[in-house]
Amino acid sequence: MAFVNLQNVTYKYPLTEAPVLSNINLEVKEGEFVAVIGPNGAGKSTLCYTLAGFIPHFFKGELDGKVEVAGVDLKSSALNEWVRNVGLAFQNPFNQISGAKYTVFEEIAFGLENQGVPRDEMNQRVEEVLTMTGIRDLADRSPYSLSGGQQQRVALTSILVMQPKVLVLDEPTSQMDPIGTREVFGVIRQMAERGMTVIMAEHKVEWIAEFADRVVALKDGKILLQGAPSDVLTSRLLSENGFGISRYTSTAREALKYDLWPKRLRLPTTLQEAVDGFGGKK
Amino acid sequence: MKIEIKDLRYTYPAGVEALRGISVNIDPGEQVAMVGQNGSGKTTLVKHLNGLLQPTSGSVLIGDWNTKKVAVAKLAARVGYVFQNPDEQLFSSNVGVEVAFGPRNLGYSAEKIDALVKDALTLTELSDKTGTNPYDLSPTWRKMVALASIISMDSDIVIFDEPTTGQDALSVARIAHVVAELKKRGKTVITITHDIDFCAENFERVVALSKGQILLDGPANEVFGQADVLAQTYVDPPQLTRLGKRLGLKETVRNQEEFLAAFKK
Repeated sequence: MAFVNLQNVTYKYPLTEAPVLSNINLEVKEGEFVAVIGPNGAGKSTLCYTLAGFIPHFFKGELDGKVEVAGVDLKSSALNEWVRNVGLAFQNPFNQISGAKYTVFEEIAFGLENQGVPRDEMNQRVEEVLTMTGIRDLADRSPYSLSGGQQQRVALTSILVMQPKVLVLDEPTSQMDPIGTREVFGVIRQMAERGMTVIMAEHKVEWIAEFADRVVALKDGKILLQGAPSDVLTSRLLSENGFGISRYTSTAREALKYDLWPKRLRLPTTLQEAVDGFGGKK
Repeated sequence: MKIEIKDLRYTYPAGVEALRGISVNIDPGEQVAMVGQNGSGKTTLVKHLNGLLQPTSGSVLIGDWNTKKVAVAKLAARVGYVFQNPDEQLFSSNVGVEVAFGPRNLGYSAEKIDALVKDALTLTELSDKTGTNPYDLSPTWRKMVALASIISMDSDIVIFDEPTTGQDALSVARIAHVVAELKKRGKTVITITHDIDFCAENFERVVALSKGQILLDGPANEVFGQADVLAQTYVDPPQLTRLGKRLGLKETVRNQEEFLAAFKK
């Protein structure tokens, strides 16, 4: 039974002719970590907004088909009920940070305050996530005094603290430093291991290959491919359709021409696969 | 136009010491990438180049101008800065007007403005979007408008703050093309980036910042060869550099060409 279930989902923004999502069918199991890749304009953010209930409840427009999370239908659910199950971290943290709080600690507690969580529990939960996402040392700073990547960690942390059943992330690491990016992917993987369902729009295929269970490749509002990262991320269809692929994959594909990559092996998507394949040729 | 930064220190009004003694020179026509951990001071540093921030102590020279003594509006003729977030930069109702704003404020003639605008729009592949409102464009194209509106000022020094953030493969290639073209024209290009593979493929010199100080500064291969030091500022070497190292290649490689050449040996 799919925990997140999209059937024939088509969506048009208000006052537009062409659908941004066309006939999307996507079933995600509880605790699964799904990465959504695609060129700019493919519909990744729109898909995130739909999962988070902003479509149709906030953006309006025309939503056809069925969107269900934990057996609850989106259209018949109010937004304030929907967000108890689903949390979204925005692509641009500036758009998410409340502006009502003076410190990072308070910003992260904001959602819990609104849910009326008891004070002791609130403090404990905020302390826990601050440590988990590695921003304990920023707790007393103003959210607006932080760098782009630090703000992005705050935005992610303020959603994690709510412990949503479904975590929707729109390019959550776009402004983060490289090792920070890898760490955040690790934290998100841990969340999935604990049963949180994760759907993440992202360009960084190296870490998708390492950490995600499944990849959905979106193009022009349609699903072009979906499956295991090692299958989807090595498909020729990706390069032909303007998707980014890792340097491991593209270099091995080039190396095949000079017989420098073993023909019997699938192209690599991770550092380890590349080391194994090229290592065997040396 | 030479850039000379001498023992630059900067403390934000709230008391955070963002730069703690930076000294660096950049020669005319150099292509420099700045990398480093979030909060390491990259943006704070480049905001000193066009006078948006003034040193708490130390000095910044752009050619023979000391940024402490020259107005920001005047410095703009020498240093163009493309913001990390285009939404903080763009304000005009159409792309053509936006891109003409810079050169018009520098007091150029109408003919020169037209030529500069046309060139910037061509280079950024925006020629078919001149009449569009920037906010009707996707974030990808809005980023290109932000680039174009700085390129049109024809300054000797151009700074890009995180140009590839959230951009897809085609757009990253478009930005790489812009960098290459500016290099050909003899411009100094300084880019802040976390996209290390983009950095490796398009920049010859890399400066790594850590906690407001310079950790490493040198030719890209030299800097990327020091994975342990880079890790102090949360930077991984490029994918192919890491692969080459794991395979025990003798030299440090950073792109496909170098990797395959070294691997064949």
